[in-house]
Parts: sequence; C-alpha cells; structure tokens
Amino acid sequence: MDSQSNTALINYCIALGDDSVTLGHRLSEWCSNGPFLEEDLALTNVALDFIGRARMFYAYAAELEGNDRSEDDIAYLRDCREYRNLLINELPNGDFAFTMARQLMVDVFDMGFFTGLAKSRDTMLAAIAAKSIKESRYHLRRSEDWIKRLGDGTEESHERTQAAFNELWAYFPEMFAMTGEERQLHNSGIAVDRGALEENWTSTMHAILKEATLSVPSHEWSIGGGRDGIHTEHLGFMLAEMQFLQRTYPGQQW
Amino acid sequence: MVASNIKAETAQLFDLLSSVVDPEIPVLTLQDLGVLRDISILGGKVNVTITPTYAGCPAMEAMRSDIENTLADAGYREVNVRTSLSPAWTTDWMTESGRKKLHAYGIAPPASTSCGQGVGQIECPQCGSSDVKKISEFGSTACKALYQCQECREPFDYFKCI
Repeated sequence: MDSQSNTALINYCIALGDDSVTLGHRLSEWCSNGPFLEEDLALTNVALDFIGRARMFYAYAAELEGNDRSEDDIAYLRDCREYRNLLINELPNGDFAFTMARQLMVDVFDMGFFTGLAKSRDTMLAAIAAKSIKESRYHLRRSEDWIKRLGDGTEESHERTQAAFNELWAYFPEMFAMTGEERQLHNSGIAVDRGALEENWTSTMHAILKEATLSVPSHEWSIGGGRDGIHTEHLGFMLAEMQFLQRTYPGQQW
Repeated sequence: MVASNIKAETAQLFDLLSSVVDPEIPVLTLQDLGVLRDISILGGKVNVTITPTYAGCPAMEAMRSDIENTLADAGYREVNVRTSLSPAWTTDWMTESGRKKLHAYGIAPPASTSCGQGVGQIECPQCGSSDVKKISEFGSTACKALYQCQECREPFDYFKCI
C-alpha cells in the first residue's frame, strides 16, 4: 500500500473511532443518572460497547501508523480540531428521549454501515465490523423498543420524543456524506459507500416513527463539519472532562 | 520427536489454562466460554490467542493478566497474549458443561444453539419455569439480559445469544 492510501486508511480508522468514543463517552455520562436502575445498567453497557469499538479502531490506526503513538494517545491527546467524529455523536445527552432518539438514528445507521464494512477488503476492518454488528443488533432492539414506548406513551413522553427528533433531524445528512479520502478507499474496496445507505435508513426510520405515532420532522436545514474538525461548542467541554487525567498527569495508568 | 514433544506441551498448556476463570462469572473457565482460541510454543516463547466476548468487556484485561500469571507460575516467563477478532466470538462456542455450570450458578444459559434471530425457550434457573419476562435487554454486564420469572417472581440474569 502506498503512503497516501495508508494515511487515508489511518484517518478512516480514527474518524470511526472518534464516532464511537464520543458517543460512548456521552452514554457513560448517564452512569448513576439513569431514570431507573435497569436503564442505568443498559445505558452504561451500551457505552462500554462503543468505547470497546473505539479501542479496536484506534488500536488498528496506531498499528498502521507504526510509530510511538498508542491508542490511548489518539483518544486522550488530541484536541477538538483533530477530532473527526460526526456531530450527532458529540451532542449533549439532553433528556432520556433525546438520548434514545439519537441512539435509534445511530443504531439504524450502524446496522447498514457495519454490514457493508464486514465485506471490506481490509480484513481487520471487516473483523471489527463483524464483531460490532452483533452488538448493534441488541442496541437497535432496545432503542427501537424505547422510541415506540415513548412516542406511543403519555402526552409528555410523546412531545419530548417528537421534540428530540425535530432537533436531531438536521444532523442525519452528515452520516451519509463521504470525504474525498473515504471515496478513494471505497474505490479500492475498503470503505463503505455511505450515500448508498441513506434510502434504507430513511425507510426504516419512517416505519419506526410511524409505529411510534411520531411524525417525520421536516427536513429544512442540515449541519456538518465534524469530519473536517469543525465541531459544535459542546465537544470541547466533553473532551476537557474526558481527557483531564491524561492532560494533568501525562502517562498516568490505573 | 521434538515436534511431538511440543505437541504434548501445548496440550498441557491448554489443560493448565483451562483453570483460568472469567473474573465476572467465576464458574466459567476460558475454555467453557470459548475465549481461548490457540496456544503455540515457539523457541521457548508461549503465544496465546484469545478472542474478546464483547468489544468493551473489562473482564478481558483481567483474563489476559490471569493467563500471564498462570503461565509464569508454571515457569513460562516469555508469554505473549494476543487478541484475535476474527472469527467473532459467539455463544455457540460455549461448552455444554459451561452451560450447565451457568444454570447451576443462577444464570440462564444462551437459549438457542445458533445465534440467529429466534430465541429458544429461556428457563428460570431457580424454579425451571419457562413463564419468564424480559425486564431489560442489558443486565449486570453487557453479555447478559435481565429477566424475571413469572412463576416464582425471582429476577435473574440471562446470558444472551450473540
């Protein structure tokens, strides 16, 4: 592999790791704040799955780089502008409805994405995807179940869930946008064609929203920039907490 | 001659590492779980291959150091534990004796032999009733779901099919 393709592959792995670590960290913020004990456990278990996923992508990126940078360095020693996650993953948790609405959007996306990535010519990415899809299947069962219960629940749960989707809807187009490097990797059979997943995602989401008695939000505006390192104001605060220990006590270990 | 010695030694190491247990579910050995994938000895160095159950399972780190310590106690100083992701771990690899031990420990074992969509009959590990209800898709750890028996009313963990 030439060095240009190697760099593209490293960036691809880091971006996918960033998607997982930011959402994983957000979910971990629910720890001890869940609406009830079982849900507290579920939220943090899903958080662990996402953090585990991030570790696999970062460890592979570190291996491809072949220098001294470790998976931990990638997670803890990069600032906002170097993070490449999609914006939807970094948004604050909001209320439980917002957290589950975001989770559903991501879980439906992940099912399609990891099915595609499991066919990647890159055997390590294919292995990570095959592992992840098994977990996503459980994540989706839970988020879909919750959205139906909340949407078709009380007046208040319905309103809050509808409000969450209305706000989140601007963030979904970014999930289907390809970067230049990603397109190159796709042409060589490594990366997934995100654009091709949109139709299926949309029809699945519409069906779930309908069953949940929710309406599909109007698609008036959208926002992106995460893949270029342009983030919402929230990411900085999140990283400040997530990276505090390594920034303050460099190299500290458990 | 040398080859058969190494083969015998490898088999011994498999036996030895069979005693290493899951730190979260101490009735299950790594072999019961199907986590221990391969052992090879090369020039006095032992290479152990394990596969993670769940990507973020914190027990994996403990398993890794337990393997290193067990081998060190047996006199193997040079040990390399590597993680292999492919093929992805499945509960299909859990041994029959592992399933029985789980049940006796109070955790309902994976209900279907193949991890397709369909789930077989889950039984309450306390009273054996199949009148059970799912409380939550996730239990005390990522690998388990939370159920309640409708017959004896006891809540219990169910080891999910994955």
